[in-house]
Amino acid sequence: MPEPNPPPEQTRSIGTILTTRDLTRRFGGLAAVNRVAIGIEFGKLHAVVGPNGAGKTTLINLLSGDLAASSGSVIYKGDDITRQAADRRSRIGIGRSYQKTNIFPAFTAFENCRLAAQSRTPRVLHLLADASSFQPVADAAQHALDAAGIGPRAARIASTLSHGEQRQLEIAMVLATRPEVLLLDEPLAGMGAEEAALMVELLHTLKPRHAILLVEHDMDAVFAVADVITVMVNGQVLESGPPAQIRASAAVRDAYLGADALGEPG
Amino acid sequence: MTGLPAGGAAGKWKAIALVATLLLLGLFPFVGSGFYVELVAKIMILSIFALSLDLLVGYTGLVSFGHAAFFGIGAYALALMTPKYEAANLWLTLPAAMLAAALAAFAVGLFVVRVKGVYFIMVTLAFAQMFYFVFHDTKFGRGSDGISMNFKPVATIGSFTPFDLAKGSHVYYCVLVLLVAVFVFLHVVLRSSFGRALQGIRSNEHRMRSLGFPVYWYKLASFTLAGTIAGLAGYLSALQFGFVNPELLSWHQSGNVLLMLILGGVGSLYGAVVGAFAFVALTEIFQALTNHWQLLLGAAIILLVIFLPGGLASVAGRFRRTLVGEADDA
Repeated sequence: MPEPNPPPEQTRSIGTILTTRDLTRRFGGLAAVNRVAIGIEFGKLHAVVGPNGAGKTTLINLLSGDLAASSGSVIYKGDDITRQAADRRSRIGIGRSYQKTNIFPAFTAFENCRLAAQSRTPRVLHLLADASSFQPVADAAQHALDAAGIGPRAARIASTLSHGEQRQLEIAMVLATRPEVLLLDEPLAGMGAEEAALMVELLHTLKPRHAILLVEHDMDAVFAVADVITVMVNGQVLESGPPAQIRASAAVRDAYLGADALGEPG
Repeated sequence: MTGLPAGGAAGKWKAIALVATLLLLGLFPFVGSGFYVELVAKIMILSIFALSLDLLVGYTGLVSFGHAAFFGIGAYALALMTPKYEAANLWLTLPAAMLAAALAAFAVGLFVVRVKGVYFIMVTLAFAQMFYFVFHDTKFGRGSDGISMNFKPVATIGSFTPFDLAKGSHVYYCVLVLLVAVFVFLHVVLRSSFGRALQGIRSNEHRMRSLGFPVYWYKLASFTLAGTIAGLAGYLSALQFGFVNPELLSWHQSGNVLLMLILGGVGSLYGAVVGAFAFVALTEIFQALTNHWQLLLGAAIILLVIFLPGGLASVAGRFRRTLVGEADDA
């Protein structure tokens, strides 16, 4: 598997690069995310699990800037980015994928990724140059497509791809922006077994060079790749720790996971 | 619309159609009467206007209902810069008129591109009405009667005058050259990184923002560029007729240019030109038939929208698909 667009060497960070403090988002009277404090470390995969409505997607939206926080803060590399817009957060290295496929349906798969890669070198004043002629952007796009396993589908119109392939394209687009932080919202949802296995493998290869936050319902996948697991219930963090601790936690078992999901014998 | 050049047989037919159209337009003044030469020049000016709106509506996803404001500002700029007893210079007044339209579009754009959908339509309309009343109700704009120019601009550079804008055929060729230039310019810009980003915004603005594009500035640039080209069209219109009045900025005019796009096909540069020709041709034909021509025009537009939702420019593609059996990949 080709290595998917590592971020440039000098910007690579060590340790916890994205943290939240008392992060809260209210919708009317409901606190969808309630005083959440988590940290995402470079080189690690941090999985967030929990029942539907626990606030996982809202948490990602707050980290990516798609939603504004009601209170609390988001800190990235020591800077408070709580009030920064989504496009700015993307440019400083926080990339995200969507649970519901969010692509450019009428463009080719390649053009979807080429646009994503173009955001790093916008060349807005090169009005007379064909965008396709800029090789570094085209290479980054093809690289991302290959990494997500849909390189051979590059020339297809995105809306004609299968559902699973569109999910892969969704991931490829984030990778093409060469983020340091990856916020992945249920990347395996709607994928076939083969595609899901490929995606888990991809997560392993991405891990050393990224800080990854993964929201996922597939517990086998989560326990296969996660270094840290945070369990959310009703907008709050129920428990957070290494997979073994989560597996052993009685509170987690009661609130969310069945014995099967924990992969215990019997 | 992938923004990628059409290849293969479709591209070949497009090229042949384009060359044939250019030849016809280029030779027309040799066969057409003065009236028709003037009419076709007027249509080509409206084509430039429609092309500028297509950049907004068809390629950025911004449906402006106030685009005539910039057309009118370009026209008024020439009228106000033309002295009473001598001719203005084309090479000074044309860039100045486009600059005036660009500044106006930039100033309006700062506010309007913040809003979306139906709000965008209403806010652009409101701004255009403000400009309309500036020219309609102030001494500066000389009121509802407008301004007549006593002289056409001259194209003199030093002591050299390459063409004479007092001659209808010279105006015709100037307009033709500018129409081709605007068409080619927009075609090239839409292939560039900037143009691709605009089309991305039209397709999925949310994802563009999430990918790191400062969408607001892209929209503002598109709005300003479209306004500048509309100003060029307005300037040419004032040059051709030697007369301006506030109706050039009215919402009827903004509506007409939208109808041209809808007739021709939104999101196609060919469509904008075809739409301008179709709109004026239909208007002329129905006006010759009856005093109630607007009724017929309305009915024609409704029928076209129902049976040809992609506009007249989509006819070629349909023909290829149904009769030649060729896959339409654009």
